[in-house]
Amino acid sequence: MDLILEGIVRAFRLLIQGDPAVIKITLLSLAISLSATAISLVIGITLGTVIGLNVFRGRRFLVSLINTGMGSPPVVVGLIVSVMLWRNGPLGIFHLMYTPYAIVIAQLIISLPIITGFTMASIQQIDPKLRLQLVALGASRGQLLWLLVRDTRLPLLAAVMAGFGSIISEVGAAMMVGGNITGQTRVLTTAIVMEVGKGDFGLAIALGIILMALVYLVNLALTLIQQRSKPR
Amino acid sequence: MRQETVSTSTLALEARDISVVRGGVKVLEIPSLQVLPNEVLVVIGPNGSGKTTLLLTLAGLLRPASGTLLYQGQPATTQAELLRLHRRMAVVFQEALLLNSTVWDNVTLGLRLRGVAKEEIKTRADKWLERFGIASLAGRQARTLSGGEAKRTSLARAFVLQPDILFLDEPFNGLDSHSRQAIIDDFEGVLRETRTTTVLVTHDSNEALALAHRVIVLMDGRIRQLGSREEVFSNPVDEQVAAFVGVENIIDGVVTSNQGGIINVSIGPSSPGSIIEAVADSAAGEKVSVCIRPEEITLTVSRASSSARNSFSGTITRLVSFGAFSRVEIDCGFPLVVLVTKRSAEEMGLEKGKQIFASFKATGVHVIKR
Repeated sequence: MDLILEGIVRAFRLLIQGDPAVIKITLLSLAISLSATAISLVIGITLGTVIGLNVFRGRRFLVSLINTGMGSPPVVVGLIVSVMLWRNGPLGIFHLMYTPYAIVIAQLIISLPIITGFTMASIQQIDPKLRLQLVALGASRGQLLWLLVRDTRLPLLAAVMAGFGSIISEVGAAMMVGGNITGQTRVLTTAIVMEVGKGDFGLAIALGIILMALVYLVNLALTLIQQRSKPR
Repeated sequence: MRQETVSTSTLALEARDISVVRGGVKVLEIPSLQVLPNEVLVVIGPNGSGKTTLLLTLAGLLRPASGTLLYQGQPATTQAELLRLHRRMAVVFQEALLLNSTVWDNVTLGLRLRGVAKEEIKTRADKWLERFGIASLAGRQARTLSGGEAKRTSLARAFVLQPDILFLDEPFNGLDSHSRQAIIDDFEGVLRETRTTTVLVTHDSNEALALAHRVIVLMDGRIRQLGSREEVFSNPVDEQVAAFVGVENIIDGVVTSNQGGIINVSIGPSSPGSIIEAVADSAAGEKVSVCIRPEEITLTVSRASSSARNSFSGTITRLVSFGAFSRVEIDCGFPLVVLVTKRSAEEMGLEKGKQIFASFKATGVHVIKR
């Protein structure tokens, strides 16, 4: 019991004092996961909208791939990215292994299918007649895509939540391609794993609280936006 | 079918040799169809007859398997040509199909997509919101509107565009009867004022009667009859069309004589002795159906001494009132349905069981060969 109590006390001291190591790890975590989510959003919404609206050969296969990707184990993604970025690997010349970029790439691969899948599903839920109505109002192809995405903004928020949530708390891939290097690639999850291994529960609990708080805040913000635009 | 001879450049829209195929079946086949400027063309037909498919094809929203669509004499086939058409027309569907936004945003959407200047958008939107009685709803979220309000919003969204052609697909369906009549009245007024070229699809022949200049009867994806409203309603080409457009009295009989184009038709075995006179070129002995529109029949309390050739006495079996009209069912040895205004029904004191005289002119009878 002492161990736990001590850990919690130390955790709060670290948080209140604003320990530089804790701050550094937190900011890096946020920077990496937010960039990965942002890139995923741009690619995923475009891809999901195009797949959702069009009928083409091989569409069903593509959709099954995306659905599989939504549940792909991060460890396997980490493995694949490692193999690609390894010094002698196909992308070895870019020297990205064990850099924050490597983690962004891995997290992008994890979140992209999730955001694409959610977009696809919400675009397909739109009444096909609404598309006709928008075309009939004089929408060009680009205007149509923009209006449809804008009109589905609520389900798309769910996509953002799910995408960000899945990568901020992911550990396997971050460890494998980032390497948990102090001050360079150490993020919240990999730091927690390491501190627990060392027996430093205080720091681990502090980081754990921050991780929980981050996930909560992001979801709270999105929920508030969602509630605000719901019918009264 | 009356042939319109109008030069291509003055047509609002023209379809040539259009066919639409779905699942290997030809669901629409239109050799030729012309929409004239400033006319209200109403397409009527039973469910599944291809009305909506025809409307979507004419509006360039559905690509036909073959055929060409000409908008103001120019082909509308490529993406750019279709966009040009779409930016000059408007469509109102049965569902309001509003975006998840305010009434104002929805009404001005088409103008914004078309790049109309801000001040002009405001002037026009204000005018049409007012015209359809929804000015006070401008700031409301579209999804909080009632069915009637949403329909008014979608009509305002269409008229604010000042379209060259307006397409409407069953626009007054699914509304409660009260707001439905009010919206139809407003729509009719606006249409008469703007003289907008209109193609309206409906399964309700009363709407066609009220609004149409010309009527297309569509059945099984083919045009069964096309003509002026009067032509279609009083001269249906066959029994199916007659039944659909609402000639409610269709009585089978046999022609007994033809004297200079005036024929006598003996009505069915159940009523020996009843003879209906009609103007037609059928020969004696021919089996025919006589069609009499309910509004062609006059009711009188005593035997009328009018010029009407046909006069029958009968008993009222049923009396139904709707709107400003009463529908009277009479047994004169054969059943007859008569439409009179509610007022005259009251003046004559019509009620079930009452003895009455029904008369109609020989020219008011439409004869179809059986």
